[in-house]
Amino acid sequence: MKRALLSLAAVLLAACLPHARAEVVHTEKSLYRNIVIYEENGVRCMGFGRNGVGRQTCQIIAAPDKLVFAYTRIMLGALYLNPEPREILVIGLGGGTLPRVLRKLRPEARIDAVEIDPAVSRIAGRFFGYRPDANSRVYEEDGRVFVKRQLKQGKKYDLVILDAFDHDYIPEHLLTREFLQEVRGVLAPGGVLAANTFSTSKLYAHESATYASVFGEFYNIRQINRVILLRQGGLPSQAELERNAARYETALAPYDIGREALLPLFKAQPRDWPADTRVLTDQYSPSNLLNAL
Amino acid sequence: MSTEAILPSPAVPRTRDTGRLRRALVFLIAGWSGFFVMAVELLSGRLLAPSFGNSIYVWGGVITVFMLALSIGYLLGGQLSLHSPSLRRLGALLIAAGVSTLPVVLFGDTVLDALFEHVADPRWGTLLASSALFFVPTVISGTVSPYAIRLLVTHLRASGRSAGLLYFVSTFGSAAGTLATSFYLVLLLEVNQIFFGLIAVSCVLGALALPFGDQATEDAA
Repeated sequence: MKRALLSLAAVLLAACLPHARAEVVHTEKSLYRNIVIYEENGVRCMGFGRNGVGRQTCQIIAAPDKLVFAYTRIMLGALYLNPEPREILVIGLGGGTLPRVLRKLRPEARIDAVEIDPAVSRIAGRFFGYRPDANSRVYEEDGRVFVKRQLKQGKKYDLVILDAFDHDYIPEHLLTREFLQEVRGVLAPGGVLAANTFSTSKLYAHESATYASVFGEFYNIRQINRVILLRQGGLPSQAELERNAARYETALAPYDIGREALLPLFKAQPRDWPADTRVLTDQYSPSNLLNAL
Repeated sequence: MSTEAILPSPAVPRTRDTGRLRRALVFLIAGWSGFFVMAVELLSGRLLAPSFGNSIYVWGGVITVFMLALSIGYLLGGQLSLHSPSLRRLGALLIAAGVSTLPVVLFGDTVLDALFEHVADPRWGTLLASSALFFVPTVISGTVSPYAIRLLVTHLRASGRSAGLLYFVSTFGSAAGTLATSFYLVLLLEVNQIFFGLIAVSCVLGALALPFGDQATEDAA
């Protein structure tokens, strides 16, 4: 018992240490959360919450184009599914990592980013060098409302990136069948959805069942985060994936993204959740409770 | 006090025991009404989120409308209690609050869709949507507490204690309604199922009070 407590203490200490060494460069209370910008070992991160646990965005200060998080590299694999997105929607700006990289990869694309927290979009500019330009805009509003409005106006996107989930809080209305149907409604034919979601907890099965109920097949890439990648009208063939991957090999190299690492992840897998899993809907969406179970 | 008011109600003859039963029912109704209002308020956020999001403005709008409606309800409830107050009428108020929530379930989506079409700003949308759907039931719910206090107060000297007890019960009910809804009910049931359940309980509790007529004799005691 004593040993167990000691090792627990050691684990907790180890978990806290990096933050103890980190230098906090900026803190801010926004309408929604405590935002902490801290730097350690040449990496600048944005965290939410008291100690800035749960890194939202990190950037290597000397090499801002390097991608710190594996999940962002996998999400950019969306280009293997649709290599020429012209209209891009990013829900959840964070530090603006994905729109910044997409801007470099697709200079002519229109990029709409939606961020609910005005403080976060300010910080994306001030600390992470995200600059909207003539062809990209940041909308400070709720992602659900934005999508619904675009749907009503008949707007279509070739790539939708859903990155609005925190490690400990889920906007539940962005994880329901109705929302995903609205997202499907704004996807152009062949349009791709890349979602950064959850890999553990009881929520996993419900989330999987919900995506499957709206989109059918998807690439289910489970690492530390879980990335869901899918294409309107069906997943591509292996040959098509390989063609697109080859085409992007040089452009994606600076971001440490390559076909060798990514292509093996893009495999249709058998469903690994119970067939009778309850689908999340606007009527039934206890995502935060499920995530805690 | 009119002589008529001193006569016991024909439905339930007045005894010391029914006096206790009456008080228990008054507290039960007030506590449930508190539960009901907060459960509905929490669920209203869920109903509005698909159309107007979950931003701080939405919660601001929802809470504003509920507080405004409650404040008007308190005023009305106080006024209503001046005219031959009875447990039966308190029960009727609870039933009315429940039944007036039915349109939320039946026409909620239609109203929200229409507002989404015509109102671009989620702040106005939220204020209008929560007014359209929740103002009436919440006003009626607001009448319950002051009306209940009137039924409890038998002596001027004890009026503060009765009011305190009533506030305790109704606010405790609110806390229970908030917790039960957000921690448990949404995990088990769909939003509309919870609404139906809340309405059903209001109707049953209100109906329990219907046989109890005029309360005014307790003033004479």
